[in-house]
Amino acid sequence: MAQLDLQSKLAILADAAKYDASCASSGTSKRDSRGGKGLGSTEGMGICHAYAPDGRCISLLKILLTNSCIFDCAYCINRKSSNVRRARFTAEEVVRLTLEFYKRNYIEGLFLSSGIIRSSNYTMEQIVEVARSLREDHDFRGYIHLKTIPDADPELVRQAGLYADRVSINVELPTEDGLRRLAPEKDGGQIESAMSDTRAAIDEGEEAKKKYKSAPGYAPAGQSTQMIVGADAASDGDIITRASGLYDRFRLRRVYYSAFSPIPDASAVLPLKRPPLLREHRLYQSDWLMRFYGFKPAEVVNAAGDDGMLPLDIDPKLAWALKFRESFPVDVNRAPKEQLLRVPGLGTKAVDRILASRRWRKLRLDDVARLTVSISKVRPFIATIDWRPTLLTDRADLRTLLAPREQQLELFAA
Amino acid sequence: MLREGPMIDAHRVTLAAQDDFEGWRDAARDLAEAGVPPSAIIWRVDGGPDDLFATDATQPKGASFAVPRAFIDLAKSVVCHSDPERFALLYAMLWKLRTNRNAFEDRADPLVDRLERLAKEVRRDVHKMHAFVRFREINDRFVAFFEPDHHIVRHTAGFFVRRFTNMRWSILTPELSIYWDGEALTEGPGAARAEAPGGDPLEAMWKTYYASIFNPARLKVGAMLKEMPKKYWRNMPETSLVQPLIANARTRELEMIDRAAAKTGLKHALEAERSIEPGGNLRASWEALFKEARGCTRCDLYKHATQTVFGEGPLDASIMFVGEQPGDQEDLAGRPFVGPAGQVFDEALEKAGIPRSQVYVTNAVKHFKFEQKGKKRVHSKPNAGEIEACRWWIDQERSLIRPPVTVALGATAARSVLDKVVTISKVRGSPIPLAEGGECWVTVHPSFLLRIPEPERRVEERQKFVDDLKRIRDRAEKLTA
Ligand code: SF4
Repeated sequence: MAQLDLQSKLAILADAAKYDASCASSGTSKRDSRGGKGLGSTEGMGICHAYAPDGRCISLLKILLTNSCIFDCAYCINRKSSNVRRARFTAEEVVRLTLEFYKRNYIEGLFLSSGIIRSSNYTMEQIVEVARSLREDHDFRGYIHLKTIPDADPELVRQAGLYADRVSINVELPTEDGLRRLAPEKDGGQIESAMSDTRAAIDEGEEAKKKYKSAPGYAPAGQSTQMIVGADAASDGDIITRASGLYDRFRLRRVYYSAFSPIPDASAVLPLKRPPLLREHRLYQSDWLMRFYGFKPAEVVNAAGDDGMLPLDIDPKLAWALKFRESFPVDVNRAPKEQLLRVPGLGTKAVDRILASRRWRKLRLDDVARLTVSISKVRPFIATIDWRPTLLTDRADLRTLLAPREQQLELFAA
Repeated sequence: MLREGPMIDAHRVTLAAQDDFEGWRDAARDLAEAGVPPSAIIWRVDGGPDDLFATDATQPKGASFAVPRAFIDLAKSVVCHSDPERFALLYAMLWKLRTNRNAFEDRADPLVDRLERLAKEVRRDVHKMHAFVRFREINDRFVAFFEPDHHIVRHTAGFFVRRFTNMRWSILTPELSIYWDGEALTEGPGAARAEAPGGDPLEAMWKTYYASIFNPARLKVGAMLKEMPKKYWRNMPETSLVQPLIANARTRELEMIDRAAAKTGLKHALEAERSIEPGGNLRASWEALFKEARGCTRCDLYKHATQTVFGEGPLDASIMFVGEQPGDQEDLAGRPFVGPAGQVFDEALEKAGIPRSQVYVTNAVKHFKFEQKGKKRVHSKPNAGEIEACRWWIDQERSLIRPPVTVALGATAARSVLDKVVTISKVRGSPIPLAEGGECWVTVHPSFLLRIPEPERRVEERQKFVDDLKRIRDRAEKLTA
């Protein structure tokens, strides 16, 4: 391979990383660069430093160490048989890029993943070396997220967790059969056992921290995973069930969904049509329902249609409400928090505001309007002292009334 | 509202700066304790417009009262807002708190609501400053120019100090500039953009990154604009790329989808696809798909049928036949087209000179749908939802096999392949190009031939069917030649 300059390598290895959906840089321990020699800080909340025209936030320098790979997973642009240009960073180059970008306030830190070269252990060693050098040689205190290689030596994976804020292992596909078909060299069992090792290490780290304040934190931002959506036959219902199983068993912080998107030089095994991006969005919304709104996985699955798919035209909370109309209207002056959280259009903040306000006054519809983003969305599902939507919840056309109209935004209009 | 009429005995408070929280707090506390109502006070900032009728406020202290912590936190943000009424609004709130310590918890109160909104706007501005400041390295110093909406520069300084403790940096803004030399923070007057000159070579690197991490198959301009409004773009190097990236996105996506197929013709596309087929394991992939389909529960049909009846045939077939759905015998045998309609089909194939062993035969819907009538299971037509659910499988079969010619037998198959309802008599006899490559021919379903009662018409229709098949055979030969 001809020598590539750093900029060309960056183009190739960032391009190759863009199919990974994770970008978050939040939820880690607080620290800053005072009293140190290096740079960087984390304040709990991550910062999105820019947004790309695909609507996604750029928070980390997200790159691969190399896009060469000995594996041949059909959904992956870096698979062995793919015809893309290959490149490889040295550990030192990644370190330099991270530091220089960070100093200019372009990023919150690094997300490093890699194709597998030579062997899983060799690749994992390189990944760990980048993180080690950042932390130890440069006293870097920004965010680091490492993608670990599931069948690498557990000791290497453990080291990764010592340097990184977050580690992740991708489950890749929601079904075992899908994985067998599209990634014949990957082993679902191994992926899960790596996740469970990581969970154990995180738990241990937390225990140690309780005992000795100075114990090194192990991946304080936890572990996450990613699933490709739309490349196998799993329905939304299947995916939600699988995700909630992963949350429970491995205490994941996040499950990312990545709508399979056509990749250059696509393998013949993949569907040519991309699944609608909205599907991915609906899955994230269903994720929120479980994580922040107290929905049980089975309830979210209930919001799906007979084919197991969440409706695309309305969000899953509204879909659930329309299916279980007997749970409404909810009396905003009396209902407990759990019930308020079920009202379509009421977010967690609005619910908190309602709870705080109603201690001081009986809420009228006007009051609720001030506390929510859109009263028209909420109105059919609530009762206040001056409002009761008896007829509306029975209306057969409620869905059409509430489904959002398509909207186009013109970017370059004057 | 404060300046409507002459206020002869108004109290005037002059704050040291636009974001002088301490000044506001001290004055407000004294005035509130002395019982001065909000309407009697004029708030101004040093150097701002004066009010002729006001006298400087100095008040004897009255009884002191406590305010909730949450209000103080909010006031710290609100003071940074550019709204000239902010000091007065905060004082009005303080005045309410004097008689009702809990007034601040009533989020439905319009004043509380207004203050919350101001605070939110300030928080957003602060957040955007954390995010969108772009330093350029100039002689060992990192210099940025930024234009906040509110008076937040001092408020955000701590963040940059904590993050970049060991760097020397300056943040210039039109109102105020701050400098950090590694030990102390100093302030200077406002500055112009030109004082943060370009020329940092890293900017080109950063733009390369920005352009490469963007996925053109997922254009979502609205989402981007919502989070990164255009007013910030002037001081961010990467945003000059947005327009060209968007303009090219669709082209790039199309290139990704049908790079070979569109440009070099179907034959080349097929070859190219086969040559990159993963590890040469087309068969393994198909087998895995077949296995996956056996567990399908995408619609309710799986509940009553015996098994999934998947397609069969060589994976390099140049013709793929798509039927409607398995019947009674297919359901039991687990193979397509083995019942009475299958026999009609086989005969016609033979007459047309197409060996069945060389074509791929499958169905639009993979499970038998029936009504139980006594002991008999009577076939019933799949509905739109079932066709839609099951299309997932046939799409996969087609993208694996990529037949140059797909033959839809009957209306259900045509609906599945073409994704729209067509009238057979209208589309029969000529090819319909498919978006993903190859073409579709529509003809009748063999079971239609079985159901024709009049003998002459039956002979006639069977002949028409065979003629269709012959034409299709010739076409497939031509396409793969
Ligand atoms: S008919 Fe098709 S979609 Fe429905 S269960 Fe059977 S295989 Fe799945």
